[in-house]
Amino acid sequence: VPMSISQFMTVHDLMVVMPMIMLTLFGCGILLIDLLLPPADKRWNALTAFIALIFAGISLYRVQGEFAAHGLQAVKAFGGMVVMDPSAIFFSWLFLAATAITILISVRYMELEREHHGEYYALMLLAVVGMMCMAAGKDLVLLFIGLELMAISVYVLVGFLRSDKRSNEAALKYLLLGAFSSGIFAYGLSLLYGMTGTTDIELIGRHLARVPAGSGPVVVLAVVTTLAGLFFKIAAVPFHQWAPDAYEGAPTSITGFMSVAAKAAAWALLLRLFLYTFSPTVNQTRNIWMPMVIFVAVATLTGGNLAAISQNNLKRLLAYSSIAHVGYMLLGLVAFNANGLKGILVYLLVYTFMNLGAFAVIVALRRRDLIGDELDDIAGLWFKQPAAALLMMVFLLSLAGIPPLAGFYGKYFIFLALIETGHYVLASLAVFYIAVSLYYYLRIINAMFMRPALDAEPVTPGWGVRTALLVTGAATVGIGLFPEMFIRAATWTLPLKAGAQVLLR
Amino acid sequence: MQSHILSIILFTPLVGALVLLFVPKEAKNAIRWVANLFALAGFIVSLPLVPWFWARVDQPGFKFVEGAPNNWIPSIGAGYFLGIDGISFLLIMLTTLLGFISILSSWDAIQERVKEYYVWFLLLQTGMLGVFMALDFFLFYVFWEVMLVPMYLLIGIWGGPRKLYAAIKFFLYTLVGSVLLLLGILFLYFHHHGQAGTYTFAFAEVTGPGMAVFGGVWKSAAAIGSVWGMKYVILLFLAFFIGFAIKVPMFPFHTWLPDAHTEAPTAGSVILAGVLLKMGTYGIIRFSLPFFPEAARHPQVQFWMVTLSIIGILYGALVTLMQKDMKRLIAYSSVSHLGFCTLGIFALNSLGLSGSILQQINHGISTGALFLIIGILYERRHSREIAEYGGIANVMPVYATITLIMFLSSLGLPLLNGFIGEFAILQGAFMANKTWAYWAVWGVVLGAAYLLWLYQRVFFGPVTNPKNQHLHDLTPRELATFIPLVILAFWIGIYPKPFFRILEQPVNELVQMVGQKPQTMNAQTQPAAAPPPAPAATEGQR
Repeated sequence: VPMSISQFMTVHDLMVVMPMIMLTLFGCGILLIDLLLPPADKRWNALTAFIALIFAGISLYRVQGEFAAHGLQAVKAFGGMVVMDPSAIFFSWLFLAATAITILISVRYMELEREHHGEYYALMLLAVVGMMCMAAGKDLVLLFIGLELMAISVYVLVGFLRSDKRSNEAALKYLLLGAFSSGIFAYGLSLLYGMTGTTDIELIGRHLARVPAGSGPVVVLAVVTTLAGLFFKIAAVPFHQWAPDAYEGAPTSITGFMSVAAKAAAWALLLRLFLYTFSPTVNQTRNIWMPMVIFVAVATLTGGNLAAISQNNLKRLLAYSSIAHVGYMLLGLVAFNANGLKGILVYLLVYTFMNLGAFAVIVALRRRDLIGDELDDIAGLWFKQPAAALLMMVFLLSLAGIPPLAGFYGKYFIFLALIETGHYVLASLAVFYIAVSLYYYLRIINAMFMRPALDAEPVTPGWGVRTALLVTGAATVGIGLFPEMFIRAATWTLPLKAGAQVLLR
Repeated sequence: MQSHILSIILFTPLVGALVLLFVPKEAKNAIRWVANLFALAGFIVSLPLVPWFWARVDQPGFKFVEGAPNNWIPSIGAGYFLGIDGISFLLIMLTTLLGFISILSSWDAIQERVKEYYVWFLLLQTGMLGVFMALDFFLFYVFWEVMLVPMYLLIGIWGGPRKLYAAIKFFLYTLVGSVLLLLGILFLYFHHHGQAGTYTFAFAEVTGPGMAVFGGVWKSAAAIGSVWGMKYVILLFLAFFIGFAIKVPMFPFHTWLPDAHTEAPTAGSVILAGVLLKMGTYGIIRFSLPFFPEAARHPQVQFWMVTLSIIGILYGALVTLMQKDMKRLIAYSSVSHLGFCTLGIFALNSLGLSGSILQQINHGISTGALFLIIGILYERRHSREIAEYGGIANVMPVYATITLIMFLSSLGLPLLNGFIGEFAILQGAFMANKTWAYWAVWGVVLGAAYLLWLYQRVFFGPVTNPKNQHLHDLTPRELATFIPLVILAFWIGIYPKPFFRILEQPVNELVQMVGQKPQTMNAQTQPAAAPPPAPAATEGQR
């Protein structure tokens, strides 16, 4: 039989993964162009990265067009290894938006830090390629490669401030714990492969269904290690220890990027595994993972919220608050019905804007001789830069879940899902923690509006941060007032039934 | 015009806030003028509602309905859906009036960050009005939360020495209540989906142009008991109740109130006491009773509600006697007065309920005025210590007269408004259970004691403190803030019939829902079967 390349790869396959190809090519291109740019003109790299995102967006739009044209549930490539389904497309848009905003807030910040290099943007684009693989992969190997591509790029980005001890320490901690968790995750995957003899996550799920419920210790081990690895990545308690240090030490723009894009990618992977492999409609592993998820969700809510109360460093505070937000999303997984999963998607969507907005304000506080990430540094922001202070208040209230701001809708769906599934105690606990979280968000608002500024140096955000604030602010308020379109987007994403025939309810 | 009157009333303050954003912050007087004009406009646009409402006073259900269910966020079933009945009508008029008075009273008191102050205040006004108008749970909840933020900033920025503590305490207390409320709402919403197969947050349904009656989520709420069991009805009732009781505040959820009231700027206290607390009682009347009648008339629930109310009445009054700070004194007296309001509600008869609503209005008028009175003294002397004063009647005679009227109105002297409200409540309580009335009546006695004693210490006798020798009497602007309140106090005290008339239809409907026979009002407050007086203005109607 004559072998031909078309057996393994067709033009259509390449079209499907074109967003990733675009980002990879531009990422490599930035590395080359960077060599030609004089040190003063490094901001052109940011522009190149932005163009990469636009090209990736166009390619993504064309893939999405295939759905509309053919009424498909998913577009497959590479023999089903890559499945561009609505969920993959939803997350890919999310990654592109988060990256675009991160680039906007990075330019001046990295110049101030005197670490403005092309590699920064190249690594960010490569991380997005990894994220897209995590969101679109349907094969253990591809998912793992995507995870590692993202993780390794982010390790470097966290330590990008070479002369800053905190950044170095953060990168080292993140690398060690991240590698450890990747190892655990890989171990779980290897067990899954060993038990079922396939790397296709959908087939794994079906094979697992034949194993009697909860009987095999190997199944337990496989599920627990896989989940533990993923919980590391989303920074759920008790696998969260790396997060506060990494968030505090990383360049602020990268902290924002990690807390939204990297977290969303880990969630994309988590949801994919849960829908294809561990879904209750596919097999009975629910008995294994449900207690674990409930425990982790409660621990995450408690740990994140209580630890955030006493923080005086803004980045650290937001790190703990972002841990707490993961707790809410995990509760959506506990409910595991349509509204719960929709809640996770809506939550990730609104979280992208409000959290990046909050980090954009912290980036604006960075001045020539001031790190600007302590609570004292934001004191009196209202008197220096009223627009930024007002937006920060909007972001914080949205994070706390005060309607009619965007953040409310994520919590709304999750609480509704908990009530629908009869988890009243969990729901009461979750709403109680809103009050706790509000306490530490109010501390920041108090500092901004009710305390005088501690230094006289003006806060003058550059055009990049201004644009980012405008976009995130408009999204936070806009989604809050007119959420219909975004809720529909999440609903469209939801069925996720392509291939796996997982139909919820 | 009539079909959009509620939106106009609702958004006039918001428009004012937006306009203020474009006034430069150095032009303090311009800001004051703009804010006052918009506050006045907010009151004036609500005035046509009076004759229009009067003309439709007997029409059942909600009037002036605007919008429709599910038209805001169709995919979750939230709608921009407004409408009012007699209860919300009175509270809306109180809000627009007190909002204007508070803003007028802030002219001299607020000298720093003037622009922000008025922006937040107008925003607060919109939030409060929305709460009383919403016919959709989602919309209701949005307004309920929206108004927390401006109030928090008003206390936290322009408040007294312990403002940060008070502001955070206020925010967190109310938030804990409102998230429980959210859970309750979500359960109703979910239950409604199970019953009707559709998702909606609307608790009313349109019956004609501008008309609506209870429906939607409310309709399926009746089946909670049979589908889920009585336990769920009680739990839901409690989730709603705690949310509202914190706002009222009922004993033992009242501890945020003295701090918030004392530390808030004068106008903030006026609005806090005058309107914000009423949102709690309004919530109980609008939601707790009609949605969970089985729970409300459950003897044990009723016993506890009434007991907490009576404890509130007596505890509030006793603590008041011990206060050295005038503002704190009035704050605790609010706990006592609101105890009367909740007692009237849980008497579950039409006398108690209409007395309670009227007493809410009275409390807004009297206590609002009392906070203004203290604010005026504070502006002149920067002290609220009772011991600092004495003999003020000699130096500020007009002020002393108005204070006396308001004190008497607050303690329930016949011919003034407080008497009518308290009398109806006590009568309602008496009809329900004589013991309740026995205990509650001590609250009236104590009320007279603490207010008259306060008056004696501050106003009578010689001027003991030399600093008080040359205090100037009320300015015309200050006097203007009191005149409408004094007029209202006398009007309700002497001729309360129109008020009871407005309340009659919604209250009887409510009593029917709760399942007890509507009693006829006593002759003094309501001559039975009186035909509605001809509406004053008919040309404004459709």
